[in-house]
Amino acid sequence: MQVSTPAHRAAWLVLARDLRLALRKPSQCVQPLAFFAIVTTLFPLAISPELSRLREIASGVLWVAALLASLLALEFLFRDDAHDGTLEQYAISGQSLTWLVFAKTAAHWTLTGVPLALMAPLAGAALGVPYEAMPWLIAPIALGTLALSLIGSIGAALTLGVKRGGVLLTLLTLPLAVPVLIFGAQATDLAIRGASFVAPLYLLGAMAVLAVTLAPLAAAAAVRMSLE
Amino acid sequence: MLAGLDLAVDAGELLLVTGANGSGKTTLLRALCGLLHLEEGQVLWQGRNVREDLPAYHAQLVYLGHAPPLKGDLTAHENLRFWVGIRRDVRREEISAALERVGATGWSERPVRTLSAGQKRRVALAGVSLCDASLWLLDEPTTNLDGDGQRLVGSLVDERLSSGGIVIAAVHQDLPVSRARSRRLELTCR
Repeated sequence: MQVSTPAHRAAWLVLARDLRLALRKPSQCVQPLAFFAIVTTLFPLAISPELSRLREIASGVLWVAALLASLLALEFLFRDDAHDGTLEQYAISGQSLTWLVFAKTAAHWTLTGVPLALMAPLAGAALGVPYEAMPWLIAPIALGTLALSLIGSIGAALTLGVKRGGVLLTLLTLPLAVPVLIFGAQATDLAIRGASFVAPLYLLGAMAVLAVTLAPLAAAAAVRMSLE
Repeated sequence: MLAGLDLAVDAGELLLVTGANGSGKTTLLRALCGLLHLEEGQVLWQGRNVREDLPAYHAQLVYLGHAPPLKGDLTAHENLRFWVGIRRDVRREEISAALERVGATGWSERPVRTLSAGQKRRVALAGVSLCDASLWLLDEPTTNLDGDGQRLVGSLVDERLSSGGIVIAAVHQDLPVSRARSRRLELTCR
């Protein structure tokens, strides 16, 4: 006997539930966005208002801020569900835990990665990014944060049983996130210079595909371990 | 944690697991769920080791732990739609009927965080009954419930047993069930 709800429908319900919860309690989603906005707007104040200088460092600032903002929200990915027994119910629902974990991560990306990507042109304006390059900031950050959310989901699942596991989560996730940071910053830098950024964007896409394929499997296994 | 345990439970039978705090009642239920990895021994369902096909086994059980798996910012109705929905297609009317059955008519559209512990327990019991599972594993199901709520648990358990289900409940006091096919398993600390 199997459960009657198809896996994709169950995943959709988990995604819909997390999005609804975020709408009811928006503070957790606003926090990474506020962090991103504050960091990217403080740099011009701290370094120099000279646009050519800011343009030089814009891609690095945008990507480091996006990476840290994405990490900031990761701690909450499974924590509340583990605390109230929802995660346990997912594990014994008869559904594939991999699908449900993927849905939760997709919700996390929708609530943090997508808004960060959409905010990137505005943050870019403060960093002297030319007007015509602004739309091209969205795609690399959207793809990069997708990979970051998925990579981070493994760390979030592994640190579920650890009290105040934020530091450990950062230590686990950062080494895996470095390639995303390198190619993401390169793609954004090329976009700002008006050059073709297709090659690093493809690499970011490949990393995102790899993460979509493997990370939910690893995160689901880690969730099972943490429930024992 | 658990040792020397060998038992079989038949369809239509209620097993009450009792014992002092820390004697392993919750651990036993979680082991039966397949949530805990056993160092020795096995759990069989219909003669087969549950580890051979955990999703199929899980599809036939429902587990209610200490904390009701409910989200405070969702209403009782929404909570059940998402909880039960990932297991089976559930209609709005079914959820309403289950909530009515547990006495949640007046507060089913309120956020769960505004409900009392007993009301949350009633919502969780509505979820258990909606899951349509053959095996119920209940950890202290009458916690926080008044006399009426405890009788409700008894009648829900009675119905499940009548339809050929199995109920295993960790309890500190007897469940008010009318059926005679109940057994008691006392766990002791070593």
